[in-house]
Formats: sequence, C-alpha cells, structure tokens
Amino acid sequence: MNKEDIDRALTRIAHEIVERNKGIEKLCLVGIQSGGVHLAKRLASKIRLIEKKDIPVGSLDIAFYRDDLNIRKDQPIVRRTEVPFEVTDFKIVLVDDVLFTGRSIRAAMDALMDLGRPAAIQLAVLIDRGHRELPIKADCVGKNIPTALSENIEVQLKEEGMEDKVVIEKVGE
Amino acid sequence: MLNKKDLLGIKELSVEEINLILDTAAGFKDVIGRDIKKVPALRGKTAVNLFFEPSTRTRTSFELAAKRLSTDVINFSVPTSSVVKGESLIDTALTVQALGADFVIIRHSSSGVPHLLAKKLKASVINAGDGINEHPTQALLDAFTIKEKKGNIEGLKIAIVGDITHSRVAKSNIYSLIKLGANVRLIGPPTLIPKEMVTLGVEIFHNMEEGLKNVDVLIMLRIQMERQGKGFFPSTEEYARNWGLSLERLSLAKDDAIVMHPGPMNRGIEIVSEIADGPRSVILDQVTNGIAVRMAVMYLLAGVKR
Repeated sequence: MNKEDIDRALTRIAHEIVERNKGIEKLCLVGIQSGGVHLAKRLASKIRLIEKKDIPVGSLDIAFYRDDLNIRKDQPIVRRTEVPFEVTDFKIVLVDDVLFTGRSIRAAMDALMDLGRPAAIQLAVLIDRGHRELPIKADCVGKNIPTALSENIEVQLKEEGMEDKVVIEKVGE
Repeated sequence: MLNKKDLLGIKELSVEEINLILDTAAGFKDVIGRDIKKVPALRGKTAVNLFFEPSTRTRTSFELAAKRLSTDVINFSVPTSSVVKGESLIDTALTVQALGADFVIIRHSSSGVPHLLAKKLKASVINAGDGINEHPTQALLDAFTIKEKKGNIEGLKIAIVGDITHSRVAKSNIYSLIKLGANVRLIGPPTLIPKEMVTLGVEIFHNMEEGLKNVDVLIMLRIQMERQGKGFFPSTEEYARNWGLSLERLSLAKDDAIVMHPGPMNRGIEIVSEIADGPRSVILDQVTNGIAVRMAVMYLLAGVKR
C-alpha cells in the first residue's frame, strides 16, 4: 500500500464510521499507541470534513494490560494514555494500524473498561493480516492482507518521520 | 532498558535507567489518579515487605504500589516474625522466597543487607532503605516530583539540608540529582556533613543563609531524634535556630522554589508548619508520586526476561 492507497482507505473508513453510527453523536475515537494514535487523528480530521463537527480523540497505552510481560524479549515502553473525556455512555471506535492475533485489542478493551463504561466499543483497523488467536473481528477494515506467520507487516507513517507506506517483510531479513 | 533483577541503589543506575523509571512512573501516575486505580500488569505475582526497621509510609506505599499492580502483598514485620526467635536474616529471606515471593522489599538498619539478599535470592530485591547507605525509591520519587513541578532537572540549584552523614535519603538523592545534571549543595553543621562528599561533585555550605541563596529546590531532611545527645548537635532548639527552615530563610531562595521533605517531619525543628502546609510545599505530592514510582520499579524489574 502506498500513500494514496492508505489515504483512500482512511477516507472510506471515516465514511463507514459515520454511516454505521448515523452521525457522530456520543461517538469518539481512541487510538492504540503508537500507530493507532496517528491514524485516529487522521480519521478525526476526515470525519470533521464530512460532518462539519469535531469528534473527540484519545490515545490509549495498553502496556499495563498486556498478557506477554514475562515472555517478550524487550521491556515495553510505556506511553501516555490520554482520554480527556468521559467514556461512560459513549460509543468508542478503537483505532489500530494492524489487526493480528487480537491480543492487543483484548488488552485495549480491558483498559477502556477501567476508564468507565462505554455504551459500545467498535474496531477500525488499517490492515487485517489474519491469524486471530481470540474471537475478535474488526468493524471497519482498510485492507485485508493475507500473510504468513513468518512475515512481519509494518505500517510506516509520516507522523513518525517516514513516508506513508505498508511494508511486508520476512522475519529475520 | 532496565536490565536488572534488583533495585539496590541509585549508584548502580545509569541516567537512561533513571529516566526510564521516571517516564514509566508518569504512566502509573495517570492510573492512580483515576476511578479504577488498578491495572492487571503484575497479576499473580507476590511481593513480601520485609521490614526490619519501623516504617509506616514507605511500607504502605510499597504495599499500595503492589496492590495497584494486582500483585499480592505479605507484610513481614519483625516483632511478629521468627526473627525474634533468633532466625538468621538469610534463613528468613529464604523462607520468604520459598513462600513464593517474586519481590522482596527490604528495609534493614545495616547497610548492604539488600545486596547480600540479592545474591542469595532468585526473587527481585528492592532496597527500601539500608542503614546509612541508600534509599533509592525515595530519590526516584523526589526526582519525579522535581521533574513534575519544574519540567526539567538539569541545571537546577538543589539544596539538601540537615544530617547528611546519617541520611540514606540524602545519599541516594545526591547520586540521582548529580546524574540528572543538577547543581547539588549540602547545607548543615560540619559534624553532620562528611568532607569527602565534595568528591561526588557537590558544594558544601555551613551557613544556611549563604547556602539557600537562589536555590530552585529545597530538600529538608528529618533530624533523627535518636542522634540527639550524641554530640552531633547541642540541642534540637539550637538545631532549629541554625538549620531550621523559616519563612525568612525561604525568602532567600528563588520565588518559585519548592520545598520537599521525605517525612516524617519534626514540625518546628527542621521546618516550620507555615512552610510545610504552605503553597511552596510539595510534601504531599511526594507521597502520591511515591506510589507511581514504586509501581514503575516493580513493573520494570518484572519485565526483564532472565
């Protein structure tokens, strides 16, 4: 996926989010650190163009809710959780760059539940690469990219000083 | 990356490791400020508070930190334990480990005890104060508080006032604040500041008025009542007169200077109540931040794959 592909996918997701929620009443976006946060902000500006209204955007760090603290090689870097609005009774659209095993989303849902009692949680992702290990499904998907487990998929974004691009690489290369 | 099993002292930490702990603590500060003050990060772990010296706030702070991480805590205090029956230190620690402890949080009146236990135990040992050596989590929470209030530590003029010789808080603070780039000065009577401290890169003042000029941060130390009558200072009244923090003396520091104290305070001796309860005091922030910093330490130690 190149820059244009990513932008078109986000435009469509923005429309889908507005359509399936019949507007943006009591709706907010929460990006998962760190890639999801940039995508949530981009979606918010697209939704602003569609609805002529601002939609609240937050960021969520899921390090404290992960299930792999003891088995991962690197220490997790803890980034800030900033959800500067009440989540109770709001519909929340979780935004992430890549949907893989579903474990991050499970952690993110637990983290959100500790901030309040959302009316509903939906999921929007740029890439769905398959290989789910939990019963989790995205509501809006930018692109389905079937991958092998031996491959690594990376969403590079200009907010992190790179050109917008989705790259697939063999692990170990 | 904090690639360590134990937290024994600030002396052994690099600047990067200190900053990693402080940054991680910021995430935990958010957690303890919300309605549900608990995360499942260290679910199923066990921490043992092994305190051979009386302590209320440090022990409680560690206990809360562990609980907020979903870790179970056992308090093992000396008067009720087998130690009074003559069990040795190592035997007690091994017993605690056999009970399944992942963290052993130790306070002891002898310097070096945590280091000894760290060698003997598979569990992570956290030094909660050893003799006159170090009290690393106190220094970390102090650094966190200064950073929170001042934005940055580098270049700040920071005064540590009182009994430096017998203070593990002072020692850990000197190590950490120097590493983080502050200008550290020690203020107190010659009997309570070892001259050799200058080799650590601090300035020494034996006059309160001179020392407090233009400082950004004042760390007041508790005068340890048990030192009274041992020749270090004539009387608490005289100590208060020469080294106590009064409003008049505080006015010598910068207008936005903050006042810290590790507690428990001797009001009217090292600090007057008007300051302790006043707008410049960040003493209660220190207590709150202590939980966040201790959560960060436990979280990071548990995250090392061994």
